[in-house]
Amino acid sequence: MRTAPARKHTWRRQVTPWLFLAAPLALLVTFTYVPVASLIDYSFTDWDGVSPTRSYVGAENYTELFTDADRFQVFFVSVYYLVASAVQIVLALYFAVILSFSTRFRNLFKGILFFPYLINGVAIGFVFLYFFQDGGTLDSVLGLFGYEGDRAWLGSPESANTSLAAVSVWRYMGLNFVLFLGAIQSIPGEQYEAAELDGASRWQQFRYLIAPGIKPVISLTVILSVSGSLSVFEIPYIMTGGATDTQTFVIQTVKLAFQFNKTGLASASAIVLLALVLLVTWLQRRLVPDEKAELT
Amino acid sequence: MVSRTKPAAALLLAGALLAAAGCSGGGGTAGGGEEAKPPSDPKSVSGDITVLTNRSDLVQNGTMKKYAAEFRKTYPKVKVEFETATDYEGEIKTRMNTEDYGDVLLIPNTVSKGDYPKFFASLGPEKDLVKTHRFTDKTEVKGKVYGIATFGAATGFVYNKAVWKKAGVTDWPKTPDAFIAALKKIKSKTGATPYYTNFKDGWPLTNWTNFLGSPTCDAQANNKLAASDDPWQGSLKTVDTLLHDIVKNKVSEKDPTTTNWEKSKGQLAKGDIATMALGSWAISQIQAAAKQAGANPDDIGFLPFPAQSDGKFCSMLIPDYQQAVNIHSEHKEAARAWIDWMAEKSGYAQTEQAVSVLKKDPMPAALKDYTAGGVRYVPLSNAKFEQVSAIDNASEVGLNKQDYRQRVIDLARGAKSGSLTALLDELAGKWADARGEVGP
Repeated sequence: MRTAPARKHTWRRQVTPWLFLAAPLALLVTFTYVPVASLIDYSFTDWDGVSPTRSYVGAENYTELFTDADRFQVFFVSVYYLVASAVQIVLALYFAVILSFSTRFRNLFKGILFFPYLINGVAIGFVFLYFFQDGGTLDSVLGLFGYEGDRAWLGSPESANTSLAAVSVWRYMGLNFVLFLGAIQSIPGEQYEAAELDGASRWQQFRYLIAPGIKPVISLTVILSVSGSLSVFEIPYIMTGGATDTQTFVIQTVKLAFQFNKTGLASASAIVLLALVLLVTWLQRRLVPDEKAELT
Repeated sequence: MVSRTKPAAALLLAGALLAAAGCSGGGGTAGGGEEAKPPSDPKSVSGDITVLTNRSDLVQNGTMKKYAAEFRKTYPKVKVEFETATDYEGEIKTRMNTEDYGDVLLIPNTVSKGDYPKFFASLGPEKDLVKTHRFTDKTEVKGKVYGIATFGAATGFVYNKAVWKKAGVTDWPKTPDAFIAALKKIKSKTGATPYYTNFKDGWPLTNWTNFLGSPTCDAQANNKLAASDDPWQGSLKTVDTLLHDIVKNKVSEKDPTTTNWEKSKGQLAKGDIATMALGSWAISQIQAAAKQAGANPDDIGFLPFPAQSDGKFCSMLIPDYQQAVNIHSEHKEAARAWIDWMAEKSGYAQTEQAVSVLKKDPMPAALKDYTAGGVRYVPLSNAKFEQVSAIDNASEVGLNKQDYRQRVIDLARGAKSGSLTALLDELAGKWADARGEVGP
């Protein structure tokens, strides 16, 4: 009499976690693994994206990609975003440190800094189109300070890419900021007190207490930034559509698939990008091993 | 996107591509050969049909429903439902991987012509339809027609007559140089932007490709591209040079990168913009914008490409989307009835002030200037449509895409260095290579 319910319990205990996992796993497999598998499959075909027939062409798509240097030229644009993400990390770190000390209106500032991240990327694209317009927001604000508001911000490749990268910084800094802030706040308060008693300045607190304490988060952020810079898409796609040398690798891939009906080649591009991002992540982990943060 | 999550962005892209891939080619299993015949007795044909359309504006304001109600008077047992797609090309292309893509649909441009018999029911032999209908060669595969255009458009520039008159230009320019001279006069004598490129939205730039054949009055201009290693030897060079020179002479808008199509309609209507290269389909839209802005709709005119052949201007007639019957449709007769009724009885083309698909119908009121000015209408032959688009896609030149014209404009305004000749040579090189790859 007693053992039966107990057995029932173990059975239940074994199944319950799987029941909880079933929904997310099903979603994950359906919307991530199956698509990636088919994507790899397509990348070996000459499919045009709509025709009922397609034939396998072996590694031809990959050969075409790697023998055509032009296709990788777009990564040059990523340099703008890489530089921007360096700026972004420094800014985010700065704000996170400042706001982790007791500053007036900290919660308000936290909200203000994080807010852009909550806005949809497409909406941001449209908002900033008006912002950069001839005689738009940016020009009128500059006009208030006496600068002649007469500049095509998206007009030349350098200016356009810088402007777009700046929008990207505006959008994603909030996320970095929150990550840093969380990490900083997990450092025990006594350590600050001890540091202050020892007469450490704010800079010394940052240099010897905060920075080592949040090192894992910083290195994570760097990985995210590098891979993010390689796969920039929605902001330039909405704002310029890749015109005036603002085309990124992802925009190029989308154009291959949807404008020129080269779904096979585009799938191969997407796989190459995926591989590249994984490679960067791996390199990063090798160069900067993920050691436990030690606060002694 | 500076710090988006890990490989997630790449995976997202994978997902997007897959969405396009859909369930990987389940559709189009039928071998073709099925014909959607027009019903012999309108009273007996029955069924609910779904019509896919890109005109979400007409569905929303109820115009399409009125057409459906009118249609029902002749075909009492057929019920028509509409489905719209804002990004028509992208969405429908994806849906065509299944069997469920409506009963009647507009043929997406991305579908290769050779695949038409796998997706659509034939509408009969071309030799019969060509007697009464325009534009049949665009959808003809092995002697059979697979789509009938809803209507067509004539090529030209929509312009504000009042502004041109104020600048002292009353006659249509006959050469590209005269055209630029006219735009310069507009710039110096009026406050208007002489020409508006719509660079940002991009698609209006593709109207320039529609001028193909116009400078030389050549109906075969598009077909010739299939056999040419340099598409820019003929009329296309004249066309691209004109666009280049307009921008180079600074008679276009100051900052092309932030243009706005919806806004530009009103600006043209009010005379803030003097000229835009658009099809005749745009005339009624700009006139409507003029009414809305309290300006005079009669000021909106249409002028042909500034080049003459035998002392006459030429305007190309280009088909809009073609309606086709889904090969998997269970009500092919009803679907065919709708297509024919829209083309012949609905008055759709007249209402839209477009060129009717029926040869016997007169030109619309929007083109009265053309008719009065003795402009010759040249229907562009699309017999080699498949070969030309195959080369175009393989070469990634994109004659009907905005990208290369954006490059032309970037060159002209000095955002990038280089010459137009060098750019066109580069494109021609790609074209020639791709032509070798694709084969005859």
